[in-house]
Amino acid sequence: MAYKTNFSEGCPFVTVSQAKQKQTPGTVIEMGNIAMKFSRRLLLNSALAATILAAAPALSHAQDIEPGGSVVVVSTQAPRHLNPAVQSGIATAVPGTQIFASLLKYDENWQPQPYLAESWDVAEDGLSVTITLVEGATFHDGEPITSEDVRFSIMTVRDNHPFQTMFEPVSDVETPDERTAVIKLSKPHPALLLAMSGALLPIIPEHVYGDGQDVQVHPANSAPVGSGPFRLVEFDPGRQITLERYEDFFIEGRPYLDRIVIRIVSDPSSMVLALEAGEADILPFLTASQDIRRLESGEGLAVTNRGYEGIGAINWLAFNTNKAPLDDIRVRQAIAYAIDRDFIVNALHRGVSAPQRGPIVESNPLFNENVEAYDLDLEKATALLDEAGHAPDANGTRFTLTVDYLPGTGEQQQNIAEYLRSQLPKIGIAVEVRASPDFPTWSQRISSFDFDLTMDMVFNWGDPVIGVHRTYLSSNIREGVIWSNTQQYSNDRVDELLEEAAVENDPERRKALYDEFQTIVTDELPVYNINLIPYHTAYDERLGNMPEGIWGLMQSMDEVYWIEQP
Amino acid sequence: MVYLLRRLAFGVLLLAGVVILNFLLIRLAPGDPAAVIAGEMGGASQEVLASIRERYGLDKPLLVQLGIYLSNVVRGDLGESYFFNRPVIDLILSRLGPTILLVMAAQLLAIVLGVFMGVLASLKPQGFLSGFVAVISTVGYAAPVFWTGMMLTILFASIFPILPVEGMSSARFRGGTFDYILNVARHLILPATTLGIIFLAQYARLARAAMIDVLGADYVRTARAKGVPESRVVFKHALRNAVLPILTVAGLQFGNLISGALLVETVFNWPGMGRLAFDSILRRDYPVLLGVLFFSAMMVVLANILTDLSYRLADPRINTEGRS
Repeated sequence: MAYKTNFSEGCPFVTVSQAKQKQTPGTVIEMGNIAMKFSRRLLLNSALAATILAAAPALSHAQDIEPGGSVVVVSTQAPRHLNPAVQSGIATAVPGTQIFASLLKYDENWQPQPYLAESWDVAEDGLSVTITLVEGATFHDGEPITSEDVRFSIMTVRDNHPFQTMFEPVSDVETPDERTAVIKLSKPHPALLLAMSGALLPIIPEHVYGDGQDVQVHPANSAPVGSGPFRLVEFDPGRQITLERYEDFFIEGRPYLDRIVIRIVSDPSSMVLALEAGEADILPFLTASQDIRRLESGEGLAVTNRGYEGIGAINWLAFNTNKAPLDDIRVRQAIAYAIDRDFIVNALHRGVSAPQRGPIVESNPLFNENVEAYDLDLEKATALLDEAGHAPDANGTRFTLTVDYLPGTGEQQQNIAEYLRSQLPKIGIAVEVRASPDFPTWSQRISSFDFDLTMDMVFNWGDPVIGVHRTYLSSNIREGVIWSNTQQYSNDRVDELLEEAAVENDPERRKALYDEFQTIVTDELPVYNINLIPYHTAYDERLGNMPEGIWGLMQSMDEVYWIEQP
Repeated sequence: MVYLLRRLAFGVLLLAGVVILNFLLIRLAPGDPAAVIAGEMGGASQEVLASIRERYGLDKPLLVQLGIYLSNVVRGDLGESYFFNRPVIDLILSRLGPTILLVMAAQLLAIVLGVFMGVLASLKPQGFLSGFVAVISTVGYAAPVFWTGMMLTILFASIFPILPVEGMSSARFRGGTFDYILNVARHLILPATTLGIIFLAQYARLARAAMIDVLGADYVRTARAKGVPESRVVFKHALRNAVLPILTVAGLQFGNLISGALLVETVFNWPGMGRLAFDSILRRDYPVLLGVLFFSAMMVVLANILTDLSYRLADPRINTEGRS
């Protein structure tokens, strides 16, 4: 069964696994297991139908958890506002998922779990999904959360969110009663369940956002009335977000914490010092190997790379496939063979990052393990260039390429660009590194196709339909749009495979389609995938139940608690 | 009064020049604010980009945009932040207080400590103390502010963790007004010291030179001859006259202090206008950046006018009416 690929053990990248075992009372564990088995069996029997019973909220009182306390999260990411319905990105997602509840959660095994939806049922034909909401859920202003709000939220995200593929096939949402919503689809859409989790589908109140104002610039985006475990106390743009426990949260007894403060810090080294000094408790999205190694040995601190499987952040080298000599597959392959991925991962990144061989992150069950890895082979690289007719001149140089990189992330981007400058001359390719002073400059160059090679960091966002297709579909070659198919890669078979996979509800057949897709694009190489961005979370080890699902801190922190308060 | 009005009128003209120049200069930088907003959203279609440009009037010719901006500024409207969708004035007002607090604290520290060191050094111009002040001054002035900041942080927040690393108040803080003031004061020490050290040097040298000059003057000799106690001679008779050049320089330094605050605020995560300006450049958030520049220009103009007035207050010989 394709979806049952054993990836949770196959995740060798956990650098420090001090993450505590989930602490939940016995009844809930039992209920949870039943729900799990239930969902697996259903997936096995009929891939089209999955109904999961929710753990009864009333039973979730924990005997051995002492609720209370506050947690300080530090981040360099300043959100524009706090409404993930119209804003993607990690800056909004972390506070956004505390303020708004989604219909589902996704656990560390890529399995949907009940959240605001107590159960869900995918119809045989895959053209409708029936959602049943938990009883008694309310927004932070006390109004009940109804199926009308679910309809409104889905339509708002469909029409306004930058990830248009998430709910594009949704033609309508019917609301037969207050707790039932029936999502109607114009075509089967296997990515739908994942698109209902994490920050991707916040349930927002229609009575607030449905007042006719443009939701993109709605004042309530910065002063939201949420549905999640924490309500907003203060949003000081670019500085701090203060959240407090919502007393009437629909899971009784949760959240455990009284308060979450998200402090925006512009200097990464200040964040590390603040964590060490106990001024902060959680530091997510760490990537610098120096900081990770330092905090790993920090007293009373735990460091983990769990919780980033969902965003699936890949560090890659992109080729302008429309520009000679890079329009020749052999040239692109030669460059790939000349790059020593092991050196990058182990030496440049001091072993904190993990190799990434294909377009779908290796922790995702859809990853194809058999793709060409392009292990270092200078002879093969030279032979390919010779074959392509690029003879070296008197100095041994065949041609010169420029390489760009995303500014501001030295170790992942600039250092690899600099490495290429010293590495590629070994096969006769001279490299000029072109720096961009800031993101807008880089973005303008790449999106107007003014580049040869560029380093880039791009996210999978859980399902390939959301984050992978955009890079490879020929219909997504759109000048002026960053993170579209700026490589201008075009292959009819790839287009066909992606279109089929987008509507294939059978997990095994879907995996087969993606397998073929991965084989083709790693062979033709519009993009050479280098490594998984080594996102890590460092936190005070006295914190229990740190989120371990695929979304990490971009999913509710209602279960987090202090084992011992500082 | 006429003098004051003339100064104010000149200040307004200067501000207008600053606004126009800034507006045009900022647009010379490559990169499109719509692309930044779209980038923040994880990429967007051309239609979305076009609608963002339209929403913020970025699709109009530059001079038309300038005209709209100027007429809005005259009416007291600094526009809305592209990034936060909030009135620029709200963002700036929330950051103005912290910057003024930081700049004032640094200025006060630099003047008081600098003058004190300068006076001490002037009493024995060739002595050890004088040499010590000279060394400290040179080092303080020459060291880059972010380096000083990092060193102080490592020393007093990491090795000897007695002071907080970042921010204006503790993220965990909950309590009354008095506790809050104490909390802010603790957070203020390192940034104010970092920023103050650069200027400390200048004040110390200036005070030393001025005091040596004044202490040699006839009236000081007269005072000493009359048997006035030495401390009174130094701090009353001499210092009062030596303080004039210091006041002038203090006023002129205001602009430098504000630009220095930009770096200090970034190092210490101090939530002031400097950090807002820095972040706004990266986000191509033109309205906020222009607003910050407008406010800092206004602060410098005001500080200069105030310096002028205090100068006249300290030296009654200068006629505030402008005509003598």
